[in-house]
Amino acid sequence: MATDTHEVVEAVATSSHNAPGAEAAPGMPQLDFTTFPNQIFWLVVTLVVIYLVLSRVALPRIGSILAERQGTITNDIAAAEDLKAKALEAEDVYNKALADARSAALDIAAQARAEIQGDLNDAIAKADAEIAAKAAEGEKAIAEIRASALQAVQEVANDTASEIVTVLGGKSDAKSVASAVSARMKG
Amino acid sequence: MTRGSNMVAMVIFAIAAALFVFAAFINKGGELAFHPMAQFEVKPLFGAEHLAWYTPSNATLWMGLSILAVVVILVVATSKRAIVPSRMQSIAELAYGFIYKMVEDVAGKDGVKYFPYIMTLFMFIVTANFLGLLPMSYTTTSQIAVTAILAMAVFLTVTILGFYLNGFGFLNIFWIRQAPLILRPILALIEVISYFVRPVSHSIRLAGNMMAGHAVIKVFAAFAAITLIAPVSIAAISAIYALEVLVSFIQAYVFAILTCVYLKDALHPHH
Repeated sequence: MATDTHEVVEAVATSSHNAPGAEAAPGMPQLDFTTFPNQIFWLVVTLVVIYLVLSRVALPRIGSILAERQGTITNDIAAAEDLKAKALEAEDVYNKALADARSAALDIAAQARAEIQGDLNDAIAKADAEIAAKAAEGEKAIAEIRASALQAVQEVANDTASEIVTVLGGKSDAKSVASAVSARMKG
Repeated sequence: MTRGSNMVAMVIFAIAAALFVFAAFINKGGELAFHPMAQFEVKPLFGAEHLAWYTPSNATLWMGLSILAVVVILVVATSKRAIVPSRMQSIAELAYGFIYKMVEDVAGKDGVKYFPYIMTLFMFIVTANFLGLLPMSYTTTSQIAVTAILAMAVFLTVTILGFYLNGFGFLNIFWIRQAPLILRPILALIEVISYFVRPVSHSIRLAGNMMAGHAVIKVFAAFAAITLIAPVSIAAISAIYALEVLVSFIQAYVFAILTCVYLKDALHPHH
């Protein structure tokens, strides 16, 4: 192991000696100060170039891409919400139309029912009137029949009474017989 | 499903990488060669003798690839600006949203204007870490020079910003009013020390994590040259590679979130 380490150190030392201006390097090329100005100069150049590329081109561009994407997403969401509101509105309109149609249907039905009721009432009234007329007619006929029957009964009674008076030997006076009979019939 | 197949692909990839390394050592004549730290050397790219501050080096190359990766992930992938994102665009948006939300949650609403700076740090570190996982690559974030500059930049920015926004009220972060009066000077001392240790821990955490994992993989790769140990070695490389994938992301995240925490101190020094 010791020989290995020795070898390593030796190898590094030889390689360092081969490098230009490496006399001062104690095994680590990083500590060879003669290379520092070179590295620092090129590092500064590199950093300035990268900074210019980033600040002039890359970062504004990427920033604008991200902002644009954010804008597109926001717009899309807004559009979607707009469409959703429109759909809700359309649904409301549809529901309203449906309710209107339903109430109109109810109105029409009620109106039709009222009309039918009116017709029915008219027809009933007419029928009642007819029935009443018929009944009055019948009553009148019955009264006539009854009156004529009474008259016939009185005539029969007058005749019978005058016959009886004649048979019994009296003089039948038609006038007094009739008054007597009617008085009897009333009593 | 995808996660499983990714795992399988990764294991196969790791085995292939190990075999490649194995073959490379065989070609050297079978002798065991340890160069776990050689991968961290900074070398001139086009065969220059001297490494001056402006010389294009392997650090330049891999930092350049980091820039390329950032451009591909965040710019090319979002070029269509699709409302419904492609997979690549989703990655860019996730990275943006992840860091943005982190800054907002940790540093507060007024921290959001520093988001591009934190995003720069995060994207550089995360791409550098992942590029460093490619075989034969060079990991820029494994260098103390790099992470120290990143951490010092954060430290100085936060300190200057703190004094600029709050004046001497910024010193309130050291004076803990919830504590009993007797304890406050002691806590203030501890707070001051911890405040100045921040850039050190901030930088060494990242560099150390990246360096350790890569060096360990290299050591196991070297052991793969011994036939008897090779299967164990290859299994170990696969396991550590998987761990390193996790570490690459977590360290970038930790660096960014700590930056946000420090930024919060500068913006709201009253506890």
